[in-house]
Amino acid sequence: MNSQLSQRWVAFNTLLTREVRRFIRIWPQTLLPPAITMTLYFIIFGNLIGSRIGEMGGFSYMEYIAPGIIMMSVINNAYANVASSFYSAKFQSHIEELLVAPVPNHLILAGYVAGGTARGLCVGLIVTIVSLFFTSIEIQHLFITISMVVLSAVMFALGGFINAIYARSFDEISIIPTFILTPMTYLGGVFYSISLLPEFWQNVSLLNPILYMVNAFRFGMLGVSDIAIEVAFTIIIVCIIGLSSFALYLLNKGTGIRH
Amino acid sequence: MKALSINNLTKTYSNGFEALKDIQLNVEQGDFFALLGPNGAGKSTTIGVITSLVTKSSGRVSVFDTDIDVDPETAKSHIGLVPQEFNFNGFEQVKHILITQAGYYGMPAKQAEPRADELLRQLGLWEKRHTPARALSGGMKRRLMIARALVHKPKLLILDEPTAGVDIELRRSMWTFLQKINEQGTTIILTTHYLEEAENLCRNIAIIDQGKIIENTDMKSLLNRLDKETFVLYLKQPLSSDFALKEFSYQQIDDTTLEVEINRDEGLNHLFSLLSQQNIEVCGMKNKANRLEELFLSLVEKSEATL
Repeated sequence: MNSQLSQRWVAFNTLLTREVRRFIRIWPQTLLPPAITMTLYFIIFGNLIGSRIGEMGGFSYMEYIAPGIIMMSVINNAYANVASSFYSAKFQSHIEELLVAPVPNHLILAGYVAGGTARGLCVGLIVTIVSLFFTSIEIQHLFITISMVVLSAVMFALGGFINAIYARSFDEISIIPTFILTPMTYLGGVFYSISLLPEFWQNVSLLNPILYMVNAFRFGMLGVSDIAIEVAFTIIIVCIIGLSSFALYLLNKGTGIRH
Repeated sequence: MKALSINNLTKTYSNGFEALKDIQLNVEQGDFFALLGPNGAGKSTTIGVITSLVTKSSGRVSVFDTDIDVDPETAKSHIGLVPQEFNFNGFEQVKHILITQAGYYGMPAKQAEPRADELLRQLGLWEKRHTPARALSGGMKRRLMIARALVHKPKLLILDEPTAGVDIELRRSMWTFLQKINEQGTTIILTTHYLEEAENLCRNIAIIDQGKIIENTDMKSLLNRLDKETFVLYLKQPLSSDFALKEFSYQQIDDTTLEVEINRDEGLNHLFSLLSQQNIEVCGMKNKANRLEELFLSLVEKSEATL
């Protein structure tokens, strides 16, 4: 490895380590709440209401919603981690530590996104363990399950990064999760199959990228999906390329971080 | 070799404010250089451009012959910055801050750790190495920023008002530390409002006002330009009512204190002989203001009068 590559690797690793250390240090704010919230989802939707709903897609309701709930927690946490960490770095000005250092912009982006992905996956693992108390999980397609959860975490970490670049107050990093991300997640087929919807709303649902993630992840775990898996992967990869190009453009332009 | 070379640098903010107007500045390797100017003159903007925190409008900046636009990574690797405001993550431990910063410069933790320990000891922060940075006193936070700027062994250290709000004892210990690292070869650029600090530490100086360099010379030549100084004399006995000092411009502050303006070519002997003739005994004296301060004020006043 040449000297510049090895220096960049050290810089990336440093940034990732700092991000991971941050969310572990504040685990009561980052790792514990999703475990509690998702336990409540399993109890209320899976156990109490689910027992009256019966089967969905050939599985018990609890089994059917488990992949969606895991994916929901991964998406929310990957997004929240980067949005709050990068915005805090801007707010406290310690982003300057990175800006004055010889760390290229694509590495800054990669470090933050890797940190957000790491938190998303940690929370996903915690929620998966929680789900085992309520239902049994048998993974049908391991590669699809893992690649889909990682790609989804990366995509939403990028979304969180762009949100943090534009944010000028802490309110502005909670507006998008509250008013856009949460409704999209609930309408993304976490709790139901879109085949239950009228045709018009099925077509509207297809505009929601979370639908593809949830269904592809559900396919990986249960082997059933409302949409074609290849389409899901294509859409997510295109979104990742688009979001990372835009985030890099904003970083190079200095939007929100350089005067 | 030039540690820093700035040519035709301009910066106009989006609101139309021209912060820098065609700045030319060179700092030689090994220099201890003062960049002075009143508040809002453009010092921090200049530093911001050099360190990539501010995007310039036009002009060229090179650090050790590396253009910051052509090879920003190499240029940045030469620089250590101590900014005016505290800008570390207050929740992180002191030692972590240093090791993380070293990591950004490509220094692996194994190398960064002994370097961080060395700096923490030198700057009196060793006992606080596991303390979250927000729990440090103001002086300790300043020292932490110096340690952080030095952790990757930069060739050029830029300090933007490093001693603001620091007590005199700590300020003097910082001076000693900075002089030592300058003697060891680190080029230092310092902005400060304590002109005594600049006079004591720096060999060369530039004064910036309203975005323009209005003076750029060596400290000795600049101080030689001072044509008069005001001295405060403390007298042993109260002055009589008929006291007069015809050949000097003076002001009687109280019964036992005089302020006398002395031209550079006059010297002090003549003043003392006049006082002796009147049986006036002087028990103490001092400069009314720091010499550089007087020059600084006159240069800035002149510059503002021409604008």
